[in-house]
Amino acid sequence: MINNMLPPAFVFILGACLIPFLRGKAKAVYMLALPVVVFITLLNLSLGNTWMVEFWGYKIIMGRVDKLSLVFAYVFTIMAFLGILFALQVKDNLQHVAGLVYVGSTLGVVLAGDFLSLYLFWEIMAVSSTFLIIASRTRESREAGFRYILFHLFGGLLLLAGIVLYIQKTGTIAFDYIGLTGIESYLIFFGIALNAAAIPLHAWLPDAYPMGTPTSTVFLSAFTTKSAVYLLIRTFPGAHILIIIGGLMVSLPIFYAVLENDIRRVLSYSLMNQVGFMLVGVGIGTQLAINGAVAHAFCHIIYKALLFMAAGSVLQMTGKIKCTELGGLYKTMPLTCLFCIVGAASISAFPFFSGFISKSMIISASAHEKIFLIWLVLQFASTGVVDHAGIKVPFFTFFGHDSGIRAKEPPLNMLLAMGIAAALCVGLGVFYQPLYNLLPFPVHYTPYSGAHVVGQLQLLLFGALAFTLLILSGYYVPEIRSKNIDADWTYRMFGRFAYKVLDKGLNSLNHISERILMKFVKGVVSFFKSTIANIALFVSVNVWLVLGFRDKRLEIKKRRLYDDILYGTLPAGIGVAVAITFVLLVYVLT
Amino acid sequence: MKKELTIFDDPKNVKRLRMGFYVALVLVLIAEGFVESHGEFPVEHFYGFYAVYGFISYVFLIFVAKILRKIIMRKEDYYDQ
Repeated sequence: MINNMLPPAFVFILGACLIPFLRGKAKAVYMLALPVVVFITLLNLSLGNTWMVEFWGYKIIMGRVDKLSLVFAYVFTIMAFLGILFALQVKDNLQHVAGLVYVGSTLGVVLAGDFLSLYLFWEIMAVSSTFLIIASRTRESREAGFRYILFHLFGGLLLLAGIVLYIQKTGTIAFDYIGLTGIESYLIFFGIALNAAAIPLHAWLPDAYPMGTPTSTVFLSAFTTKSAVYLLIRTFPGAHILIIIGGLMVSLPIFYAVLENDIRRVLSYSLMNQVGFMLVGVGIGTQLAINGAVAHAFCHIIYKALLFMAAGSVLQMTGKIKCTELGGLYKTMPLTCLFCIVGAASISAFPFFSGFISKSMIISASAHEKIFLIWLVLQFASTGVVDHAGIKVPFFTFFGHDSGIRAKEPPLNMLLAMGIAAALCVGLGVFYQPLYNLLPFPVHYTPYSGAHVVGQLQLLLFGALAFTLLILSGYYVPEIRSKNIDADWTYRMFGRFAYKVLDKGLNSLNHISERILMKFVKGVVSFFKSTIANIALFVSVNVWLVLGFRDKRLEIKKRRLYDDILYGTLPAGIGVAVAITFVLLVYVLT
Repeated sequence: MKKELTIFDDPKNVKRLRMGFYVALVLVLIAEGFVESHGEFPVEHFYGFYAVYGFISYVFLIFVAKILRKIIMRKEDYYDQ
């Protein structure tokens, strides 16, 4: 029965093609039906490989179904539903089509059992997400989209090079655990890690994600980084370098998040921080740690989308997204404010919210392995999350100083999407067992122990106390309209430098070559032109002499003919006549 | 505008909220005495470790961020010049 169904990737990608032909309610129902159809397909899948095709002697597997791929496919499909619902009122079909193709290609990546289909979907993912970035149709978004696609094409090339070497070495295109062994594994590793925004290959994320439309950034936040996390779990679990990369990712971006003024950029840095937790989990590689990384990806996708939805609602209704321009919005947007706080509580891992039951698995895994330093860093980062995502985002948007903006709540579909996401955040935090059952390894972990709840509450509340004291004393980082330079500085500046070098170097070379060439061409042309003119004159003058032209009239005729030939004022017909005569002459004479 | 929440315009309400928050702080500190610690590291057995660590982390974060801002902050149109 299942084999009669289309692979989920194609349901979305082919399904997206129909969108431009639909209008109004039919379009809305159709778009919402796609993730439902896919979800039902996923529920009916049995473990093992399906959707296999022979291609040039290679076996393409578009349905590698095991517990790991299924749990990611589930959350991506749920997320697709939320994202589509949130974007339902958008008139711009480009966003809908790009969004659905993006979702489809991500599912293709997650379910791929071979490198060929993986690479294909990987590149579709990069291209379709670029359209979501440039969908705002501003100069900034176009430029950021351009940097984004260049960076991802670079990552794609790394991956492709790795894949080619891998196939040559192993003779198969199927992949599973790879492990860091040879050059091909490092190429694949960095190709994937780039999509996970691993430091130092991360700058595309905070550069590009805040540029999307209020609704497209919600899509962006969910798929690229988490599909990369999935692949890292699949191919490089226990690679210790991931602990270091993850450690940097949980800690460094939070300083930026504290300083950033653009709320969606704050959330982008916070996204990196959360992916850092997952990478630490993948790097530790024990069953508890992998389970933690998967569970955290699941919860994170939903609460991060919720936060981006709240930010998107604010942007859509006020036209503003900077901390310095917002404040006091709880007065007229209480529901959005409430949903934002639920998202903030979830990302801060408050007990009974989703982050608590997933993040704690990763931290506990680091404690079990006695990696004290990483444990301290993770706890520090947890407090950091409280600051930027837990307090800063809701506080400066909905409370803080009153900006005087009295925007209304967003449309019903947006509220509904946020409401469902918020309900899922609380639901997962309280009834965590269904999620634990989906995890790749059996779970022997209870998140709600007295010591753990109390410890976590102390960490969060005393962090919040520090915020209260700092803001009351006026020492807290003031909100300033500014741009904070990040790693993208290197390639932006390099780009500018390279442009100048090319401009000065190549263009002056160009000028010189052009001048020399032009002189040569001009010389040749004038030589031939004057030769033709002289031949024509020689022939004509003799004819004219025979016809009886003399002196002044002859002079005038000579000058006119010479000018006509040299400056091309001779009507084309004469040229053609001459050419035909010449051909006839040759024909007659030979 | 027909409906508008103004609950935090009243300083009394803000004060109440803050008082509630301080009470919660005291409660979670006291609660530690009633739960059995099962930490993996010796530091976790110190009373109030998480409270102290949370507070210090937060202040450290803001302190370092303020220094960092001096290094990385540029004008908003920095890249457009």
